[in-house]
Amino acid sequence: MEMKEMKLLSEWSYEPAKIQRGYANETLYVGLGNKDGNYKFEKRPVSEDMKENFTGGRGFGLKLLWDAVKEGTKWDDPENELVIAGGPFCGITQYPGTGKSYTVFLSPATKQTYNSNAGGYFGPFLKFSGFDALEVQGKADRPVVVFIDGDNFKVQIFESTLEDNNAYYISEELHDYFAKDEQDKRTISVISTGMAAKTSYIVGLNFSFYDVRRKAVRLKQAGRGGGGTVLCDKNIAAIVVKRTKFTGIENDPVDVETIMKAGASLHKRIHDHDNEQCQMRAAGTAHLTEIMDDYELLPVHNYKYGSHKDIGNISSHEYIKLFSQGTADGCWYGCSLACAKAVDHFPLQTGPWKGKEVVVDGPEYETAAGLGSNVGIFDPHWTIEANFYADHYGLDTISLGTTMAWVCECYELGLINKENTHGLEMTFGNKKDLMELIHRIANAADDFAVATGWGIEAAREYYSKNYGADLEVMKKIGMVCQGLEASEYRCQESMAQWGGYFLTLKGPQHDEAWLIFMDMVNKQLPTYEDKAEALYFFPCFRLWFSLHGLCKLPWNDIEPVDNSIKYKGIEAARVPEHLNNYLNIYTAITGKPLDRDGMILQSEKVYNFERIFNLRMGKGTSKFHEAPDRGLGPVWEDEWMARPDYFDTKLKEFGEEIEGKSVKEKITLLQKHRRAQWEQLKAAVYKRRGWNKNGIPTLKTVKRLGIDYPEVVALLEKHLKPEDEFEEE
Amino acid sequence: MKVLQLRTEKCVQCGECMSACSKAWFKEDNPALSRIKIENKATYPNINVCNQCGACIEICPTKALERDANGIVQVRKDKCTSCLMCVGFCPSASMFFNAAKQTEPFKCISCGICAKACPTGALELLTTPESK
Repeated sequence: MEMKEMKLLSEWSYEPAKIQRGYANETLYVGLGNKDGNYKFEKRPVSEDMKENFTGGRGFGLKLLWDAVKEGTKWDDPENELVIAGGPFCGITQYPGTGKSYTVFLSPATKQTYNSNAGGYFGPFLKFSGFDALEVQGKADRPVVVFIDGDNFKVQIFESTLEDNNAYYISEELHDYFAKDEQDKRTISVISTGMAAKTSYIVGLNFSFYDVRRKAVRLKQAGRGGGGTVLCDKNIAAIVVKRTKFTGIENDPVDVETIMKAGASLHKRIHDHDNEQCQMRAAGTAHLTEIMDDYELLPVHNYKYGSHKDIGNISSHEYIKLFSQGTADGCWYGCSLACAKAVDHFPLQTGPWKGKEVVVDGPEYETAAGLGSNVGIFDPHWTIEANFYADHYGLDTISLGTTMAWVCECYELGLINKENTHGLEMTFGNKKDLMELIHRIANAADDFAVATGWGIEAAREYYSKNYGADLEVMKKIGMVCQGLEASEYRCQESMAQWGGYFLTLKGPQHDEAWLIFMDMVNKQLPTYEDKAEALYFFPCFRLWFSLHGLCKLPWNDIEPVDNSIKYKGIEAARVPEHLNNYLNIYTAITGKPLDRDGMILQSEKVYNFERIFNLRMGKGTSKFHEAPDRGLGPVWEDEWMARPDYFDTKLKEFGEEIEGKSVKEKITLLQKHRRAQWEQLKAAVYKRRGWNKNGIPTLKTVKRLGIDYPEVVALLEKHLKPEDEFEEE
Repeated sequence: MKVLQLRTEKCVQCGECMSACSKAWFKEDNPALSRIKIENKATYPNINVCNQCGACIEICPTKALERDANGIVQVRKDKCTSCLMCVGFCPSASMFFNAAKQTEPFKCISCGICAKACPTGALELLTTPESK
């Protein structure tokens, strides 16, 4: 079904900014009106203060969203925005991992700000079209396609004639629609979601690029936090950007030679060593499944267990066989790490496209675990099909996996029954019924499917109210915090990772800190102060990538062979040579010097601003930093009995006499001790971050960081209480 | 297909090949701009030049590298995004770049200018059967 011509509803022409040293210095505002067809377009200047304090990417997104919303704004108010921004590195072609963009919005899932990143060509093409960021506000009165024509410097709003609401259809059709010919398809990038966005809150955005070898549209996901739900709520079928011409110096760096040398050198390292290090080029991030299993970190049956006898079925060895090999799988030019693996000619067994052969992007590790071991399924073909439909429907594979894993445990515990599920047998490993649930969530087929599609936090309220399910039990076993489902690592045996998951800005994803090996395996963080230092440094260090349009993987998923010879401990974990590449490239782009302290300062400004923004939206205090019991230790006897000697030893380390105690009693004791540790960890981390006991940045902190804007200070003064202050040392 | 036959034992490291190459293609006598590099390895020479193996073709994300009708691997600058992945992935490190001149990489295209300039017969352009 070829799509019909779309009617032009509104159009605006602009004089494109010339990119200077990594910045276009202008942003694009598109207003969709309030269901009244009142479209508005504006170019907005980027101030020096904005660059100084927010740098770019996620920082720009937060700043622009702050200015757009008020304290009481809800995610589905017209004032909410989707802000998409790359950053000063975004669009470099010579160094791996430089095509990312961040989308910032008020989230339906977490009811505060969220930011989610994706690869694909959108971020670079947006910048090459003359904009450091795109803000979309308001709600259209009919389904629209927003088209940024970076070749002719026009922004157009079309009335959508797309006949299907799902991502692969939309992306393929729009690449066709806006391209002159086959060759031209790679000049386009489409942002879309899928039909699940109508009711579900765990729906992400798909960012496309055209794969010239496969002659197919590929999708990368800004999956987390419900950005797709916001896109759908705004009545946007897709946002499209087109930009045909660009050169290797489109980003206008002051010193392209430094960038070219750093890039060529890293390409060579990846060529020589990836195969013996992480095998990203062959397996993508799915190389992690067996490693996680080895260390009891793989989530199995809703994070109850950390390993499984059938791990071999979902190991990287199996995925390497399924992924097409030897093709350029970067999601932006210059990414020789090429982890965007795909399964070609995959015949779908279920759903609306049953029988069709498709290209499936992924699975990445998170999907292989979330829509695999965590729901008790060790069959890559099932995972690949689930991955395809999740992307197609817009569903975030991580939240979907974690939510379904929790549903299975609720079902097996008898908290919900077959009547509630409308006939679905929600047991771990039930491939048929779990696949059916994915289709039902997307179709909003019944009350159970709709409630489950809200994610764990809202679903458990519904199950409790309507099915009589025990809320307290559901809270113990649901791996969720701040409204966001945990990503796919089992964190309970690493105290530092409790913080890495549950003391975060936006909930338990893994982009702030992944400290499990440093803490558990290498034992580099023995004291609370050490852990707090790591939970200060790494979130800031990792956030830096999000300010610049960078992917983190080329930082430490490939390392110089002498990294662990030259450097030890935490310094080795920083991969100094690659860190220096970033500092040098920053200077080569902007002409401004940057050292490690300057890097952390750029991040810390935004880290604290985001925390304060969440406070402004009614969250952002200590009570929202809560860890479920399952995140801290075993909840039921069978979990303890999977590793009885290990847990006995752990309990004895607290000085407990275990003789004669039942497993249930031991679990209660271990949970009690770990809960106390959690509280101590929280206090140590807050203190190190320059926050008060309630998790709010202090006035001293915002002054030191130079983000003491009057609005910020006024907000803090309203919330900072003397009794929450830490004693000065 | 034409490829350079190397007789390294005859090379006297005079640099005439690099001079001829850079003058022909960059209009400048500068060994850094040559598509053939004579490297001094503990006094003995190493000749680094593309053997037209084509490993770079599969690496390129835009299909800017292709074999021409004569089997020579060519960089199509109109499709090239200057990502330099071909530089890092060349098995013999014979794909070169020079930021001062251009962002796109460059390589030997078996034109034979260097062979003509070589005073000792260390370089000879030979016609070989088409590579697969």
